[in-house]
Amino acid sequence: MYRYDEFDAAIVAERVAQFRGQVERRLSGDLKEDEFKPLRLQNGVYLQLHAYMLRVAIPYGQLNPRQLRQLAMVARDYDRGYGHFTTRQNIQFNWVSLKDIPDVLARLAEVEMHAIQTSGNCIRNVTSDHFAGAARDEIKDPRPWCEIIRQWSTFHPEFAFLPRKFKIAVTGAEHDRAAIRVHDIGLHMREREGMRGFEVHVGGGQGRTPHLATLVNPFVQETELLDYLEAIMRVYNRHGRRDNKYKARIKILVSELGPDEFTRQVEDEFAAQTDAEKIRLPNAEITRIESYFAPPVLPVRPDTSAVFDAAKAASPAFARWARNNLHPHRLAGYASVTISLKPVGGVAGDATDMRMEAVADLAEQFGNSDIRVSHAQNLVLAHVALDDLPALHSALTSAGLGTANESLITDMIVCPGLDYCNLANARSIPIGQAVQQVFADPAYEDDIGRLHINISGCINACGHHHVGHIGILGVDKKGEEFYQITLGGRADEQAAIGEIAGPGLKADDVPAALRRVVDHYRAVRTSKDELFIDAVARLGVKPFEEALYAAG
Amino acid sequence: MPLVRYGEEVANDWVHHTGEGEVPLAGRMTLPLDGYLAARARGDHGNLELGVRLQPEDDPARLEDYLADLALIEISFPKYTDGRGYSLAQVLRRRLGYRGELRAVGQVLRDQIFYMHRSGFDAFETQRAGLSDVLEALREYSAVYQPAADGAGAAFRLRHGKTS
Repeated sequence: MYRYDEFDAAIVAERVAQFRGQVERRLSGDLKEDEFKPLRLQNGVYLQLHAYMLRVAIPYGQLNPRQLRQLAMVARDYDRGYGHFTTRQNIQFNWVSLKDIPDVLARLAEVEMHAIQTSGNCIRNVTSDHFAGAARDEIKDPRPWCEIIRQWSTFHPEFAFLPRKFKIAVTGAEHDRAAIRVHDIGLHMREREGMRGFEVHVGGGQGRTPHLATLVNPFVQETELLDYLEAIMRVYNRHGRRDNKYKARIKILVSELGPDEFTRQVEDEFAAQTDAEKIRLPNAEITRIESYFAPPVLPVRPDTSAVFDAAKAASPAFARWARNNLHPHRLAGYASVTISLKPVGGVAGDATDMRMEAVADLAEQFGNSDIRVSHAQNLVLAHVALDDLPALHSALTSAGLGTANESLITDMIVCPGLDYCNLANARSIPIGQAVQQVFADPAYEDDIGRLHINISGCINACGHHHVGHIGILGVDKKGEEFYQITLGGRADEQAAIGEIAGPGLKADDVPAALRRVVDHYRAVRTSKDELFIDAVARLGVKPFEEALYAAG
Repeated sequence: MPLVRYGEEVANDWVHHTGEGEVPLAGRMTLPLDGYLAARARGDHGNLELGVRLQPEDDPARLEDYLADLALIEISFPKYTDGRGYSLAQVLRRRLGYRGELRAVGQVLRDQIFYMHRSGFDAFETQRAGLSDVLEALREYSAVYQPAADGAGAAFRLRHGKTS
């Protein structure tokens, strides 16, 4: 993975000093809260319901064991012993005191981490495929370009006060695991006539007005990518709406101008760039950054593993975990492993200090010291030998991390909701837990197959409900929590916004209603190979909506 | 309000005229973009030296023909969080080649100075920040990741022994 050189180290250290000064000026009253707010937000500090929250950047979800141990230390020494991994591949600490935050940032800087631009109206942490550099279906590793974009966007002087937040995602595989079509900019790596480049999608997003991104350019050459991004950002910075924060995202600009006119403005701005304005990233710099992401040198192994096969035959629990939580690796004899942070009854994405340390140890022992955070709020060991899987599984199980539900119905994306968040209208975590209980039987869950439930506690959609196969949105109706169900959403290369089904349910009714929907699917699917989402696509939302409300 | 220009605190010898009411006959004065363009089109403005004050929604390209004569362009920041002025500054400096004084006015606070300077501003009419605050803000970072109007060498070039 990427390692800091003296430039990166200086910038992060200077950020710590700068933010320490800003906090001192705030605490002394020299800075008013409304003046401090944009500053703290650009450093990931929110004022939440109970306390300040610190969001730490995990660039494109990539961590090494030393960093994960440091996050565990922060959880233990400055928080209440846990952290929360987010859908943007970051981690949040919910109970940090403002006066301690500069010290926390200094401790993070020791391991090449920071909280820069994890919030605020600026370019946020770049996200990517959590199997990058390991997946069998990958065409090109997106991480070098994520790192290039991370550096370019860090303290970009022109784009620090955008109309609204701005999220960029990059993928390099045919199957999109980075949800690029629901990002402000989604980049899909492509090759054309021996040249490398990007398909550029703009204006996707969730929130109260979900939009799928528009394809603005089918192929921007690698060497021109940053210039093209600058053109998009400048059009947005100058012309994005600033009169209404709910209409300020780039998706609204794209939709109000229309995709053709927006594209024309971007192309005009790009064409107007003078030589002096072009970034001209040196090839040597691209090569330098790529070298950090060179495929790890792993021992050559046969396609199959006798140890692995024997363990599957001997232990149904291991066999189930192996069936659900492994992803094909580009090398024979290896797999990528998802460590689920979604035990039934737990809080989605939460990890205690001890569990973080356990994962750090296991990554060193079995995982080539390479840890990822997925946008589904799980952790991933990208490179594990099949021979090591039984020992890894046994250690994970001892640490309480052996949940075998990756991409199954209990592996839900859940925002913090009204239990923590200032913006929320309704609770998310307890609803998720109640739904999990209904589907907790492993045989039942396996029979249902791949099904993504995403839960948001308000219209801001941090829980990605619009693109859940089943989405649950918490709303407040006259002081009572209601849950609006959407059906048929998906976040991958066939991205779709789910359709709202009916008027909304009371919290207590949600689990049974979802069970009726799922059982309807089991009754009508053509075979077990037809996933829930494919059945909804084939039959339409209507019959599933009827099942949802068929109380009896 | 303190005015810090080229790294020194100086007296402000310009006034801004909104276009309403009587125009002074002599001195240095900035006008709104439309007023400035109209005055230039009329030609005769006696002993007045004219500058221009841009609002965030203005198109700086309309000044293209006059940039060589302009001694001062002010860019207004009506709100701290309105970032359009940074793009206007970059366009003026890097695309249109403006070399005169570029002054940030309005809600200009210490913590914008670093970004403003990088975007091409060399003068800051600040709300509260004095000279020492401005100088401190300018020194906060010793390295930068991207080229901008200040001409600072970006890390991706310096790493490979290139300075520009």
